[in-house]
Amino acid sequence: MTGTIYAAALNRRESLEALGDALLRSPYLSPPIAPVLHIKPANTRIGPGAPIPCPREVPALRMGGTIGLVIGRTASSVAEADALSYLAGLVVTNDVSVPYQSHYRPAIKQRCRDGFCPVGPLVTAAGTFDPDRLEVVIEIDGQIRRRAGGDGLVRGAARLLADVSTFITFAQGDILLLGEPHDPPLAAPGQRVRVVIEGLGSLENQVEWE
Amino acid sequence: MKRARVVYQGAEWAATESDGMVCLSDGRRLTESEVVWLPPMTPRTIFAVGLNYADHAKELAFAPPTEPLVFLKGPNTIVGHRGTVRRPSDVTFMHYECELAVVIGRTARRVPEAEALDYVAGYTVANDYAFRDYLENYYRPNLRVKGRDRATPLGPWLVDAADLPNPANLSIRTMVNGTETQRGSTKDMIFSVAWLIEYLSGFLTLSPGDLILTGTPEGLANTQVGDTVTTEVEGVGRLTSTIIGD
Repeated sequence: MTGTIYAAALNRRESLEALGDALLRSPYLSPPIAPVLHIKPANTRIGPGAPIPCPREVPALRMGGTIGLVIGRTASSVAEADALSYLAGLVVTNDVSVPYQSHYRPAIKQRCRDGFCPVGPLVTAAGTFDPDRLEVVIEIDGQIRRRAGGDGLVRGAARLLADVSTFITFAQGDILLLGEPHDPPLAAPGQRVRVVIEGLGSLENQVEWE
Repeated sequence: MKRARVVYQGAEWAATESDGMVCLSDGRRLTESEVVWLPPMTPRTIFAVGLNYADHAKELAFAPPTEPLVFLKGPNTIVGHRGTVRRPSDVTFMHYECELAVVIGRTARRVPEAEALDYVAGYTVANDYAFRDYLENYYRPNLRVKGRDRATPLGPWLVDAADLPNPANLSIRTMVNGTETQRGSTKDMIFSVAWLIEYLSGFLTLSPGDLILTGTPEGLANTQVGDTVTTEVEGVGRLTSTIIGD
């Protein structure tokens, strides 16, 4: 898995509901139409157990645990009904960010720092699961801080992959993150984060000062 | 030296430029229309900067930014010199953006501006086409506008940094079907190449093969299916693409 990591943002109904009327006001002016996406570049990727570096000026980081869809073969303009057949499997991931409020500009400084995308091992048996039925559980120092089920997704796995593949051709090894839970929990330096997804296993990392 | 990757008679070749000719690594000399041009390098992370020329920001009715507007593009976006770019039938406004592209040559973390150009491997030309109909105000400019398949021509040549000691004074221009529509100079960048490297390396690690598209000056125009668009950066190259329909 050395492909590009694309991630959905604002893919939780709860997140859109929390923004409420702000979606209609400046700068947004209307709710999102197409999937809202960002890229987690190569420098962000780390493995299980590797430290997540926290910049000195930030007290704690958001832990955006999410399911990653790992692409198994070239996927372009795929139909929603066929979309999951393009997957090699699933991974547990953590779309880490520095807390921020505005969704108007790309959040490069908040989401693209070194070590800001822990990725777990590929689970190839994932074809037997429906990714939209898997619950993401995020623990900080062993305490459950967030649970997010697939029923809260704006676009489920197949729909998201189909919609994005109308303008981005996915290559084998690319990963598409379904999107962090609403209001991801914070972890400060010294704290351990564990993202658990039933059937896929868990991904554990510790936040450390940069 | 100017380097390229081309396909000629069924094989991929490394090529260099000499007197306007394409020289294959085995010594054969060809014209630019005899080969198929690949992007001159395979980018790792593609950074792009928006609104980096004061005149262009004004043209788009934005106040010049105090911090660069940076966005990322996937490797799916790149297409070589003399390639085609698809204009979807539902698009009413598609414009070119002629840009100086910077290729990082060495791992860079917290590099000061004064040393930043030492980390550059070379330069090429990009045309960062935009499809304005797809703009939305979330993470703007969004991937549907700037992350589309094969809609960012890159090339033809990768020019060694040593051959371009001052990237901050290069003329830039675009021609649509041979008529000049955009003209500017890299001296009018709000954030220079060196400053951008300091900025990005201040919060992340830049690696060899990372690419930075540095923004475009004023002179946007809508382009249509059938148009041939040439973006040129002085001393770096002339990059041509043709717009096709669905």
